[in-house]
Amino acid sequence: MSGFSVTEPSKRQKWISGLLVITYALVTLMPLLWIIATGFKSPSDSIAYPPKIVFQPTLEGYVNLFTTQTRITPNMKDTLPAPNNWYEQIVRDKNMVIAGPSRYGQRFLNSIIIGFGSTFLSIFLGTLAAYAFSRFKVPIKDDLLFFILSTRMMPPIAVAIPIFLMYRQLGLSDTYLGMILLYTAVNLSLSVWLLKGFIDEIPLEYEEAALIDGYTRFQAFYKVVLPQAATGIASTAIFCLIFAWNEYAFAVLLTSGEAQTAPPFIPTIIGVGGQDWPAVAAGTTIFLLPVMIFTIFLRKHLLRGITFGAVRK
Amino acid sequence: MAEVSLQNISKSFGAQKALDAVTMTVPDGSFVVLLGPTGAGKTTTLRLISGLEMPDSGQILINGHDVVRQTPAQRNLAMVFQQYSLYPHLSVRDNLAFPLKSPMMRTPADEITRKVSEVAEMLQISNKLDNKATELSGGEMQRVSIGRALVRNPQIYLMDEPLSSLDAKLRSDLRIELKRIQTSLGATMLYVTHDQVEAMTMATHVGVLDQGRLVQFGSPREVYEDPVSIYVAGRLGSPKINILPADLFPGAPHGAAHIGMRPEHIQIGKGVGTEVVRVEHLGDQTRLHLKTNNLDITTLIDAHTTLNRGDAIAISPCDPLYFDAHGDRLK
Repeated sequence: MSGFSVTEPSKRQKWISGLLVITYALVTLMPLLWIIATGFKSPSDSIAYPPKIVFQPTLEGYVNLFTTQTRITPNMKDTLPAPNNWYEQIVRDKNMVIAGPSRYGQRFLNSIIIGFGSTFLSIFLGTLAAYAFSRFKVPIKDDLLFFILSTRMMPPIAVAIPIFLMYRQLGLSDTYLGMILLYTAVNLSLSVWLLKGFIDEIPLEYEEAALIDGYTRFQAFYKVVLPQAATGIASTAIFCLIFAWNEYAFAVLLTSGEAQTAPPFIPTIIGVGGQDWPAVAAGTTIFLLPVMIFTIFLRKHLLRGITFGAVRK
Repeated sequence: MAEVSLQNISKSFGAQKALDAVTMTVPDGSFVVLLGPTGAGKTTTLRLISGLEMPDSGQILINGHDVVRQTPAQRNLAMVFQQYSLYPHLSVRDNLAFPLKSPMMRTPADEITRKVSEVAEMLQISNKLDNKATELSGGEMQRVSIGRALVRNPQIYLMDEPLSSLDAKLRSDLRIELKRIQTSLGATMLYVTHDQVEAMTMATHVGVLDQGRLVQFGSPREVYEDPVSIYVAGRLGSPKINILPADLFPGAPHGAAHIGMRPEHIQIGKGVGTEVVRVEHLGDQTRLHLKTNNLDITTLIDAHTTLNRGDAIAISPCDPLYFDAHGDRLK
């Protein structure tokens, strides 16, 4: 026999695959790293050519992102009391003063409310619908499932104008409820289909055992099916959140004030006091965090294998 | 504990008739074993009584009340599934406690702890209580699933081949243990098995199913000694009953097509000449495989026999069973 083994890769194979993975990761992570780096550059460093890899980091971009500022004359600057803290100092150095907070915090909060709200609703409705489709004799089941899938067959923006008019009539434009309902409607087809697949895989025997053990159908669903569907629910939730979080076109069309999310807001930062790329990059960096944290938080549920093995086939 | 009565129960799955007008009473405190090959309707009978399936027609009475419209939980029975069906996301301890925690039972915590450790002790799984259900061997899973039924005090226990994947030692231990529990609780038990020793030793009644019909119901002795057909005669007995043409031996009654002889119901010495083809020494007994006119016959003989392959012996029946051309018993 040679030293070849199917189960255990050789040292050299591990080394090569490690190198490939790192190279690929570097290529795909480059834009992300660049955005994060730009957030810590000064405006002049951010547009320097050739691009600066090594630079003096500053929080100016983040300060600009979260504040609105007013320019002051050098004379006026001398009359002002000394800055109270580090961020006032950064602003003062540019001959500006802080006029108040920017709207970024509010827009970011809107994104959180609408993104997580619609994800919760998609998963809640999706799980119940998927369970019903998986376990019960639903009349015209196949047609209903196809109908749900068919809502995906055209890009949602194709119905932008009817939705815009409907929302104006119903008073849903620029409201949390309107955006949550819209994103839920788009995500529901995905969540029903994905979750149905996951629930189909959970053998019926567990629920039957729970029914005999003295539980009602709903309790069996809650105590036995849901914990086993956790993997599927977690991954479906991540997909739903990513869509709702990143959605741009409807957010531009339907929100402008109260319920505006971060994606349509971030580009408008450019206009505030010239091309402030560090502030845009800072806004983007912060915008990336929730989905990353959410994914890391649910990662343990993404590991498969808990449902296998306790039913004899 | 309770009496369970099936009245004219029929159930089909599509075109497949699973049960056909079955009427049977499981008396209070009895241990009823259902016998039959795969597809005879044994498991379907358990599922209908448990409430997991609805009968197409007929009544199911528990203590005289029709329960067809009741949910499984309302019927208050325990079932051991053939496929174990342990909850994979729970530990062994939580699996055993699961029925006790149900809204139907609402058992106090200290009572749960006591019952779970008691049952775990009995089934020799105390050291596995904190394992995930998926981290057990097949035999351990089966014991946990039996334990999940035993922690309760239900109207009736339904068991679907609960000992099938245990090794011989554990199987015989648990057989005795289950029978002891059943007797001491006065529990009503309906039990499906392929194992003839389980059927003969544990049952107070045996029901034999053939393609969805209950063909005989009686004590194990009755079913063994007085079967209604070749089919029933073949369900019990190991080695199996010898079914031979009725005219092989003199004295067959009119209309007999087959003669059935249990291996222990064959006299050696005079009668039809046969040749010994194989001698199996099992220790406590010896099996003799004989051949005559291209017919195979199995019989039992003294453990210390000196007969060898190729020897010629003559045999004759004692207390034979006769069957007609349809396989029905002639009395």
